[in-house]
Amino acid sequence: MNIRILKDRIAERASFVLCACVVSFAFLMGLSLYCRARPVLAAVGLKAVLFSTFWHPSQSQFGLLSFIVGTLWVTAIAMAIAVPLSIMTAVYLSEYCTRRTQEFFKPIIDLLAGISPVIYGFWGLAAVVPLVRDHLMPFCSRHMPFFPFKSDNYTGFSALTGGIVLAVMVFPVIIAIVGEVLKTVPASIKEASFALGATRWQTIRRVVLRKAGVGIIAAIMLGLSRAFGETIAVLMVAGCALGIMPKSIFDPAYPLPALIANTYGEMMSIPLYDAAVLLAAFILLVVTAVFNIVGWSILLRVEREIQY
Amino acid sequence: MEKRHIEEHFYKILMMLSAAVVVASLGLILATVFIKGLPALKLDMLIKTPQGGYYIGKGGGILNAIVGSLVLGLGATFLALLVSLPVVFYLHLYLRRNSKRAVAVRFFLDVLWGIPSIVYGAFGFTIMMFFGLPASLLAGIITVALLIIPIMSRSMDEVMRMIPFELTETCFALGSTRWETATKVIFRQALPGIVTAILIAFGRGIGDAASVLFTAGFTDSLPYSLFKPVATLPLAIFFQLGTPFPEVQDRGYASALVATMIVLFISIISRFLSKRFTKNIVK
Repeated sequence: MNIRILKDRIAERASFVLCACVVSFAFLMGLSLYCRARPVLAAVGLKAVLFSTFWHPSQSQFGLLSFIVGTLWVTAIAMAIAVPLSIMTAVYLSEYCTRRTQEFFKPIIDLLAGISPVIYGFWGLAAVVPLVRDHLMPFCSRHMPFFPFKSDNYTGFSALTGGIVLAVMVFPVIIAIVGEVLKTVPASIKEASFALGATRWQTIRRVVLRKAGVGIIAAIMLGLSRAFGETIAVLMVAGCALGIMPKSIFDPAYPLPALIANTYGEMMSIPLYDAAVLLAAFILLVVTAVFNIVGWSILLRVEREIQY
Repeated sequence: MEKRHIEEHFYKILMMLSAAVVVASLGLILATVFIKGLPALKLDMLIKTPQGGYYIGKGGGILNAIVGSLVLGLGATFLALLVSLPVVFYLHLYLRRNSKRAVAVRFFLDVLWGIPSIVYGAFGFTIMMFFGLPASLLAGIITVALLIIPIMSRSMDEVMRMIPFELTETCFALGSTRWETATKVIFRQALPGIVTAILIAFGRGIGDAASVLFTAGFTDSLPYSLFKPVATLPLAIFFQLGTPFPEVQDRGYASALVATMIVLFISIISRFLSKRFTKNIVK
């Protein structure tokens, strides 16, 4: 065989093996975390872990419920802020702006995505915590002393603070993906709508958003999974007090990723502790993987639709 | 005025406002970092390693973290490049562009991209326990490399998609093998995009704290061995902001400024470089 062809074959095999490694790595990650987490499942049971609020590692009590609820609060607040703002921004950019304005926005979105989570946390500490502590919290406790606003936590480190910081971190994810999805809406159906006398907004609402709807849902899911797993920034601003079940947006929340990051130093000291923490990581992996798989499958479908 | 025109204006203003909020949030972040960090930034911080009691307000700097982050980032980027480049070539030359296998690999990379970095950190930790490795530069490099492989390969993949298929066909028609086409033609054509992808991945790698928390550890000395813990900039910021001492927090602000400058620098360089490497490109 010719040496050139031999080289080509070798390269093919080698890169195939690498590809297989990358793909199998996804499974390996789940498998190894599961294996490490199994002792706690065997000792305590999945139900006791998921639905108990008692977290006392020294007494072998590993209830993750308050952490799961904390994650849900923070994620929900972040999505409530980020989804409308980023979808409207993306629609504005793709439907109203000129090419030049879009070029102006691109580095801004890239930079938002590129800034380190620690910097977001720093911004949260320096700007968002005082905002919540000095303005939002007193205002709400004075004028709206009912369910999601009622709280006696005056520190400013709260689920809301974490949610605001996370929302900004999620902006670039949703804006970029919704932008891509809006590009797939054929110009011809927009033109048809204009020709029938519809205004721009009518076209956007009745034609563009309807056509892009599924893709936008996928973008929201991907943003959600990003918010779900964000660690350091949330750890720095969300309060992270043990044993508190958040009942208000101003209560401190202790999300799962923050728990994992916070316990890295001590988790080898108590039996089963490391297994419980790695179980939390496994739960995070499963949840984000499911959101990502569904989201990307939808986007794959959207992409296929244009090709045919 | 008609109702629908009022509606049109209302929503247009609403959308402009939300775009303004997005821009303003970036502006606010940068402004906070500069306003807080600039007064606290001193030359000592950049050229000294922490002395004893640095975290309770004694003298020193964060050189250990800056150098540690750069070493770790470079190592991880290099390792990730070794995997990403062949994978992307495989996707584009050895497989047909939209074959099932290529779509599947891309899908997995996308999903891996979405897995939070703390999970990578925990996974790196389980590998370390399996091999009996302590928290070290090597473990950090491997974990961060795993974290940035999906980012790097998907960015490169997007660039290669832009390359006209005719170019590949031309090479095949002239009798070159797929390997030769990949290394001698496609690589050069995609070089600006590849450089950008590398820089994006590098920036992500040195900026991430959650994945190195378990794996790289932390130390006050400069990195000197692959098997010893290494300090990283994000963790240094995190620890300094976490102390109750105002002067240490001030240094944390300054370190945050340094980290932000690195990110800004990378994004400017990537814009500049992607224009530079266009020498060999067929348009």
